[in-house]
Amino acid sequence: MKLTKLFIFCFLSVLFSVYGQAQDLTIKGKVVDENGLPIPGASILIKGTTKATSSDLDGNYQFKADTNGTLVFSFVGYGTAQEAIKGRTIIDVKLNPESQSLKEVVVIGYGSQKKREVTGAVSVVDSKALDILKPIRIEQALQGTVSGVNVTTTSGSPGAKLDIRIRGIATNGNAEPLTIIDGYIGELGLLNPNDIETLTVLKDAQAAIYGSAAANGVILVTTKTGKKNSKGKLTFNTYTGFQETSKTLSTLNATQYAALLNESYANGGRALPYPVLSSTLGKGTDWQNEVFNKGVPIISHDLTFSGGSDKITYAVSGSHLDQEGIIGGDKSDFLRNTARVSLNADVSDRLKLKSNVIYTYFNRRTLLENGNASVLLNAVNSPSVIAPYDNAGNFSQFPGGSLGNEIINPLAQINNTYNSYNFKQISGNFGLDYKLLKDFVISSNLGFKSANSESKSFSPIVEYGSGKVFNIPRSSVNQNTVNDNNYSFDLFGTYTKTIANDHKVTAMIGNTIFKEYGNGLGGAGYDVPNNSWDFADIVLARGIPPVGSNPSSSYIYDERRLSYFTRVQYDYKGKYLLSGMYRRDSSTKFGPGNKVGYFPSVTGGWVISDESFFGESKIINFMKLRGSYGLVGNDKIPNNGYISQLTGEAEYVFDGLITQGRAIGQIPNPNLKWEQGRKIDVGLDVNLLNNKINIVADYFIDTREDLLIEKIPVSGIFGGAAPGSSNPTINAGEVRNEGVEFAINYKNQFSDNFSLNLGYNITLLKNNVTQINGADFIEGGAFGIGQLAPSRMQVGHAMGYFYGLKTNGLYQNQADIDAQPFQNGVAAQAGDIRYVDQNGDGTITLEKDRTDIGDPIPEATMGFNVQMNYKGFDFSMYTFASLGNDMVRNFESIADNANRLTYVLDRWTGEGTSNSVPRVTTGANTNRLFSDYFVEDASYLRIQNMQLGYSLKPDMIQKAGISKLRLYVAANNLYTFTKYKGYDPGASNGKPIGGGIDDGFYPIPRTYMLGLNINF
Amino acid sequence: MKKYIYITLASLVFITTATVSCSDEFVDRPVEYSIDAENYFNSKSDYEQALIGAYDLLHSSFINVLMGEIASDNTFAGGNGPNDVPGYQSVDDMIHNPVNAQLKQLWDWMFAGVQRANYILEFKDKTDFDGKNQIIAQARFLRAYYHFELVKWFGGIPMNGDKRFSTGDEKSIPRSTAAEVYASIEADLLYASQNLSPAAAEKGRATSGAALALLGKAYLYQGKYAQAATTLETLIATRNYRLVTTADLTPAQITAGLTPFGSIFEEAGENGPESVFEIQYTDTQGGSYDGLQAIEGNVAVGFSGPFGYEGPVFADGNNFNLPTPKIVNAFEAGDLRKEVTILDMATWIPANPGTSYTKQNEDTGFFNRKYIPRKRRTEAAGDVKLTSPNNYRAIRYADVLLMAAEAHNKTGNDAKAQQYLNQVRDRAFGDINHRITATGSALNDFILTERRMELVGEGHRFFDLVRTGKAASEIPGFTAGKNELFPIPLEEIQFAAGNWAQNPKY
Repeated sequence: MKLTKLFIFCFLSVLFSVYGQAQDLTIKGKVVDENGLPIPGASILIKGTTKATSSDLDGNYQFKADTNGTLVFSFVGYGTAQEAIKGRTIIDVKLNPESQSLKEVVVIGYGSQKKREVTGAVSVVDSKALDILKPIRIEQALQGTVSGVNVTTTSGSPGAKLDIRIRGIATNGNAEPLTIIDGYIGELGLLNPNDIETLTVLKDAQAAIYGSAAANGVILVTTKTGKKNSKGKLTFNTYTGFQETSKTLSTLNATQYAALLNESYANGGRALPYPVLSSTLGKGTDWQNEVFNKGVPIISHDLTFSGGSDKITYAVSGSHLDQEGIIGGDKSDFLRNTARVSLNADVSDRLKLKSNVIYTYFNRRTLLENGNASVLLNAVNSPSVIAPYDNAGNFSQFPGGSLGNEIINPLAQINNTYNSYNFKQISGNFGLDYKLLKDFVISSNLGFKSANSESKSFSPIVEYGSGKVFNIPRSSVNQNTVNDNNYSFDLFGTYTKTIANDHKVTAMIGNTIFKEYGNGLGGAGYDVPNNSWDFADIVLARGIPPVGSNPSSSYIYDERRLSYFTRVQYDYKGKYLLSGMYRRDSSTKFGPGNKVGYFPSVTGGWVISDESFFGESKIINFMKLRGSYGLVGNDKIPNNGYISQLTGEAEYVFDGLITQGRAIGQIPNPNLKWEQGRKIDVGLDVNLLNNKINIVADYFIDTREDLLIEKIPVSGIFGGAAPGSSNPTINAGEVRNEGVEFAINYKNQFSDNFSLNLGYNITLLKNNVTQINGADFIEGGAFGIGQLAPSRMQVGHAMGYFYGLKTNGLYQNQADIDAQPFQNGVAAQAGDIRYVDQNGDGTITLEKDRTDIGDPIPEATMGFNVQMNYKGFDFSMYTFASLGNDMVRNFESIADNANRLTYVLDRWTGEGTSNSVPRVTTGANTNRLFSDYFVEDASYLRIQNMQLGYSLKPDMIQKAGISKLRLYVAANNLYTFTKYKGYDPGASNGKPIGGGIDDGFYPIPRTYMLGLNINF
Repeated sequence: MKKYIYITLASLVFITTATVSCSDEFVDRPVEYSIDAENYFNSKSDYEQALIGAYDLLHSSFINVLMGEIASDNTFAGGNGPNDVPGYQSVDDMIHNPVNAQLKQLWDWMFAGVQRANYILEFKDKTDFDGKNQIIAQARFLRAYYHFELVKWFGGIPMNGDKRFSTGDEKSIPRSTAAEVYASIEADLLYASQNLSPAAAEKGRATSGAALALLGKAYLYQGKYAQAATTLETLIATRNYRLVTTADLTPAQITAGLTPFGSIFEEAGENGPESVFEIQYTDTQGGSYDGLQAIEGNVAVGFSGPFGYEGPVFADGNNFNLPTPKIVNAFEAGDLRKEVTILDMATWIPANPGTSYTKQNEDTGFFNRKYIPRKRRTEAAGDVKLTSPNNYRAIRYADVLLMAAEAHNKTGNDAKAQQYLNQVRDRAFGDINHRITATGSALNDFILTERRMELVGEGHRFFDLVRTGKAASEIPGFTAGKNELFPIPLEEIQFAAGNWAQNPKY
């Protein structure tokens, strides 16, 4: 019955103050929810007795009671209400949902706790926020709603992955938090957002109950279930939207381009490419306009049917999402269908069954993105002087040479891209709770996943222009199938006992086994009939594979983890709270002697407002101080990193034919061991002014030791650069994230017609590397072509900080150059970037003069959210801001004839003309060396969602059997305020070392939606 | 109450028992379908397979040839612009420094070759079988080949005997001296020359002849002329090799106007009678710029081709490695090698109407004809600029003769020196009228000049100039006492954390 989407808080009905005589009365009334809809099955109890009844399907009740008694109304998921009878015979009651109350139950892993008793740093996002945010992927809903969590996109293309970072970047391996869906390990991104009741984020050592998997934090997902004693309810939500790009880059038009090219050729001492600047050049082709579509459709429907009797609850749901890409239409799209069945039953007083099964299906098609070969960058770099089509109406072919071998007609590229990816997964869990004794419950939970995917890509014969690297002389089709499975089995016992009324003890002990296994098989076919996608399948592509090549491949994996864990929670009068956890994990990711890790933690809390000295404060309703300390682990690294396998490439030509041999693949690291996180958190929860204001503040230190880094560059003497080989995974060092989180929420129901909810949260974070094992620093990332790695992990700096030359304006004239340190390599000329001689040795060298020129980690992130209701109208806005994150502009082509961004119009053209944008030239110069010229402040503020809805009055629609009908208009990613020149300041490739480098991120779409919520 | 406690305890015991039964054995699983590199070498075929891995890195030595030629006074870097592959551009201008992606690749790839050879040698005693010394000898030949490249480019390098390098060695194993590296090369090649068969079981395998030739070359580089002379003389005396002559040409080739010298560099001339050691390439497997080391084609060839070329015989390339007017003008009149060595667009285009190419950076109109792409077959795998099938003739018999001539001249046997030099000259001019009769140091000059002209475009010039002390006078920008060696890549200096000193003056 908890169908509240927007109306959260109301006040109780006005009390009558009539005294009466003690005598039995027949009392009637109706129990309704905050929307005035009947609550069937609500229990009505006479206080201090066992006399009770419950409301019928229309919410009505009737029974006899003493005139001086007090009635207690309650219902699952709602707060209780007490009404003194005082002689009345009709008592109607409105129950308010209790989700925001301190009695709310918070899942904490292998158990749950009342919110007031929680001692860890825990944040919850509930279905109401999800309803408003309309995330396509659920991760989006964490951005700006939860302090300490930052969500970055790797791409804005339909179905693209999102990265979640909880309390900063600590690891270098897989930094994704662990997701537990109803007690079982799962994938957040595959869920239908409308299936989710709550997302609970465990940010501190409380997550230690998940031990080895918890170092990156844990996100616990609770899916929606039916409510007991409620009649079947049907909910239908739908929206239709139109998408467009949230940004286009400003590039030179044809006239500007030709003039600029002339200047750069002249400066390079070469003949002018446009000796006569014809006025007919005009604006030329706006390539971004050519590739970006407008009004690109997105459609979403979902349907949920739920209800319950007093023993059984059920929820059945289905959803459908169809999104086209803002580039390439159906060449880049995402279609997702999900279905879910949740069934919970009280088999007996002792035995409870829980089950939840989710089926997910999606199709995705993609274009090349992120990188200089991407459609988008081809659009940015394509000269505006070239027309998209030739006179015959074919896609124009691009010249090579000064335009390079890589830049091709992006429209032709879209046209020649053919691929499909199809994914199916069934996953879920079955759980049994058996109450062996009054105080002792044994729980078991079996989780499973079985997924398979098929992918196909077709490379047609194509010619983009002479010498282009994407020319394909022979058609082929590649097909892959992958099976991924896992299962887990938890068995644990929970003992709960209250001793002498005030001492409450909960003890839990258990174990979990987890296994993930699967295989992949791939193959290729050559010479696709008719050079056509319609015939692109290995069955038809019967061409003989290239001699010496093997077009088929396969792999298999089997990784396991075994865990034992225990937790003891104790509280005295609910005032002093203490818990301790201990977990032992062993994992196949590590070699003999390093397989086992131990993860202890303690948490404590003190409800200060319960102390007698605190008194009955008018202002402060609740105050709790809490703290936690513990160790957590991380084993998310590629498999088998500790052994040396013959997976390298060994191919040589004997007698004119390729002969296959064997060679070592990844360089092994037999000493691989657990990465360990040490988490300290001190927090304060305060409720003020009749709980209208709610404050949560945390100070944390998250130290990661022996952090695992994949493919870390090592000396070339180990052979990691050989074909098919790669660098090792190692335990590299220690990094520390220290920060403060502060969240304040204000909500007030000013009248029956108007309510307001304001939320603001801020996270301040300082990231610092404190140790590197056996090296001074570790490098990573890539900038330009053939340049040194731009990012470093080094003691005393932020993880993945940018290491390059510092600039100090431009050389204005020869005297200026002569007065400056000698620049090693190509000699500088006036108009070139002046680098700073960091070590003062009179020579600018990359060896000695590079320094810290920024880092991609935001110093502060914040969210500001508004929700308002006025009569039938509701309005909401969610915003997110990130401050102090730097981004490297690495998407500009180095080809002489590539188009450029319009900022070059402000370039240096003579003494005093510019001190920031260097001259343009085709000649040799050092202006492209990695320096702070390419590092930009990518701070931004984004309006993530703005929505206006209108709900029809219940009495207007009830006759049609409809309990709720709401229409809304909404916009996602409405606007981003930033100075950053690239597409998306909020994008990241997710790499801890080498993150914040923009190779041309696909921008997130701006989406306008028109939607409908309807409940029956 | 007590009863409850007992039941609780009993069920805890049950849970524990149930779980301990799967215990830590659960995570002791075998890695399926995987071959553990440390438990390998159990059969002859295991050794043979690993040996192919060691050969593989020869493909990557294209970068040594390409960059070596660019470093010399024979060619300009070229490319599409002055900033195209800055590593090549700076080496061309002799302004290179420890930050150079191409030098880093060369270092990485050659060391990867050493590591793969040492993988076999580390386990050389594990399993015995017939013909094992053939395999060990090939592995030692390959290690010597990679070591020789490394010592040429970087001077003394770290070595670890017959063992692979493992983590930490970069901080503990010092750079050996160049002499120590050469001693290792000599020992490997002596063993290889004594154990390898003279005839390759398959085209592309190292032979005793190849080992002798490389050994002779290693002696020559150290100025050990007597040993060089003896070694090369042993090789010549086998009579297993000879210069390609008109008799080797097919009628079709003669009709097409091919000279014996010219035929060497065409596909039909691969692995011919003059080929002492040849790196084998193919165009059947594709590849891309981000994985050059995995390509089975000769990347240097596509890089050296005329950009946007359309016309007969040749194919499109990347305009690197452009012959300088200096080398083109160095050919004597009547030298038949000039036509074969230099593609001169100024004459080629008029002679082949409809031919065109796009002039790019540092265009001279000349291209390195020995190693530019020939017309590609339609089956060639893409990217066709990277997959040229042209073998690299690493050691030609003409090279052996000239090395022998040099060694004999230095050890006072001018007659032999003249004889070998003139064999090469006779073919170069197609007559016997250009023979050299000089002796002593004058003869030495003639021999070195002949090496230059015979081997243009084959990657030897820079190192010949360095070892003969002529680099500073011939190569613009060359700094004596510095540029004889290339810098150790900055990344490697950093990894070594003080263990390896940078080469002088870098």
